[in-house]
Amino acid sequence: MNTRLVLALVMSGAVALTACGGTTKDSAGQQTGAATGSAKADPNAPLKENLKITFLPKQVNNPYFAVAQKGAENAGGSIKAEVKATGPSDAAASSQVTYINTAAQQRQDALVISANDANAVAPALKSARSQGLKVVTFDSDAAPDARDVFINQATSNEIAAGQVKLISEAVGGSGEIAILSATPNATNQNAWIEVMKTELAKPAYAGLKLVETAYGNDDDQTSFQKTQGLLQAHPNLKGIISPTTVGVAAAARYLSSSEYKGKVQLTGLGTPNQMRKFVQDGTVKSFALWDPSKLGYLATRTAAALASGQITGAEGEKYDAGDLGEYTIGAKGEVVLGPPTVFTKDNIDQFDF
Amino acid sequence: MRNLLRWETALVFLLIVVALTGQVSTDGSFLSGGNLFYLGLDIGEIALIALPLTLVIVAGEIDLSVASVLGLASALVGWLWNAGWPLETILPVVVVAGALAGAVNGLLVTRLGLPSLAVTIGTLALYRGLALVVLGDTAVADFPAAYTDFGTTPVPGTDIPYPIVLAAVLALLFGVALHASSFGRSVYAIGANEEGARFSGIRVKRVKLTLFVLAGAVAAVAGIVYTFRFSSARADNGVGLELAVVAAVLLGGVSIFGGRGSLFGVLAGVLLLGGLRNLLILQDTSTEVLTIVTGLLLLVSVLAPSITRRVATLRKVTP
Repeated sequence: MNTRLVLALVMSGAVALTACGGTTKDSAGQQTGAATGSAKADPNAPLKENLKITFLPKQVNNPYFAVAQKGAENAGGSIKAEVKATGPSDAAASSQVTYINTAAQQRQDALVISANDANAVAPALKSARSQGLKVVTFDSDAAPDARDVFINQATSNEIAAGQVKLISEAVGGSGEIAILSATPNATNQNAWIEVMKTELAKPAYAGLKLVETAYGNDDDQTSFQKTQGLLQAHPNLKGIISPTTVGVAAAARYLSSSEYKGKVQLTGLGTPNQMRKFVQDGTVKSFALWDPSKLGYLATRTAAALASGQITGAEGEKYDAGDLGEYTIGAKGEVVLGPPTVFTKDNIDQFDF
Repeated sequence: MRNLLRWETALVFLLIVVALTGQVSTDGSFLSGGNLFYLGLDIGEIALIALPLTLVIVAGEIDLSVASVLGLASALVGWLWNAGWPLETILPVVVVAGALAGAVNGLLVTRLGLPSLAVTIGTLALYRGLALVVLGDTAVADFPAAYTDFGTTPVPGTDIPYPIVLAAVLALLFGVALHASSFGRSVYAIGANEEGARFSGIRVKRVKLTLFVLAGAVAAVAGIVYTFRFSSARADNGVGLELAVVAAVLLGGVSIFGGRGSLFGVLAGVLLLGGLRNLLILQDTSTEVLTIVTGLLLLVSVLAPSITRRVATLRKVTP
């Protein structure tokens, strides 16, 4: 008796939450995007001093974001802003929300955030913006109507074209190459692979032939075995592109301990710390990635420009980003950091992330 | 009972201390309406799930699968919404699904006589896995604002979040069930002495099954709240939340061995854990310290009631 009674109460509670009438995916109108601030930008407004900026990475104690945070703190120092880094210890979709609410509660001027989940943080970001905070996303965007500006690390074109150029240089312009990607449905990697194929069709790369795209599922062991498989299946393979940090490190580990070391070239997107050993022992000549410290620096300077009223986030607005020079806001409130940094034996020791 | 009351008095005292130090050290922003609203949102799901879990633990069992049921409920909401179902149908269906998940736990425990710790560690993984099967690693986010407002806006004219209203209503129901009904008496009896309870005519298995069903259903309600609060249905929603809930229940003075505890203490425990966390974040305490404080508090919560009890027994023995 009790089971049914209480269950009925719980269920009626749940039903009572809902309004009357059938609300389905089709009947519900798409949420309209928030209009960018009605305030007018004044490009000549001075940068305000003592701005309070919260820096909120996906997760604290993550080396990548620690480097980005250094960049953000540098930027803060350059404009006398107080940059406060905070954040959750896990990268779950929703764990940043508490920190966004806290920033609003603390009456910060701006929030610089790398979103764990584009949608989960959106309601909190909107609420923070309605309380006057300027919101800049970097590395991973939030829903566009929940932020003012997104700092994109690099465009797909720049990343993919850069990768093809690196492998072409490494193998001497001709030979069979393969791609070791993440998962078959990884959005970023698939976009890059498409661009790589377009690039490879260009006359400049006529000597290169893409023979296979393998998927290591962003798992170290799988990527390691897929590398082995690629080399066995294609005896004439000259080079591998692995545009994922897990894949490139696993492939480098396999190559460095195999007979193919130095004979089969490897490039990709990796971090200097995981690749240092393989660059120094000659397995890898060069690889690329954006510099997270520049990303943090640009995001913080952008937040300061927003909070000072120099920009509003509208397309075409220009602003000064200190050491990085002048930037222009592109379509959909996006700013692109620039081409990825290429790491080689000569410069890799300057980076620690 | 006197010792329990003592622990709850201590909790209320701690709450007042946290509130006052918070209020002073943040220049009044800790107890401001805006911050209390955020605090309410942050503890909403924990408060909801803590209600049935209190009964489960008082009965001497445990349910560690609640956060996975929350995730499964969230994934189901997203999946059915994508399939074109109306939300008015989805929500009750998902609550029933949660109740079923709880029933599986309950049947394994009562019919097969397996320990609930082992069973619910298993279903913790199983339900999370099912959630991933249902929705994969995608997120569904296009819910209508009328629903997501439930998790993001306060009741008009106040600073009270809707999930807290829901939790308060359910707390009243669970409070009556545990403290003012024969059902609640049998829950205590089972937790204190299961054998004795059976011999005195209490249908032990049936009561336990009911508790697991309730835990599953309320966890599913919490999953719905969670989904709307973040306007994001994901299979990995609420990972690890079971530990926060168990911590709050134990801090509330409920004995992990069953038979002791009150819903009032648990609600104070939820509020204390949430308030302390909110205050530390508001004061920019580093995440490491935050984790350490939460861990220490959990240890204290297990130790303190048993120490007060032991002291009381000593007093009785030595005149």
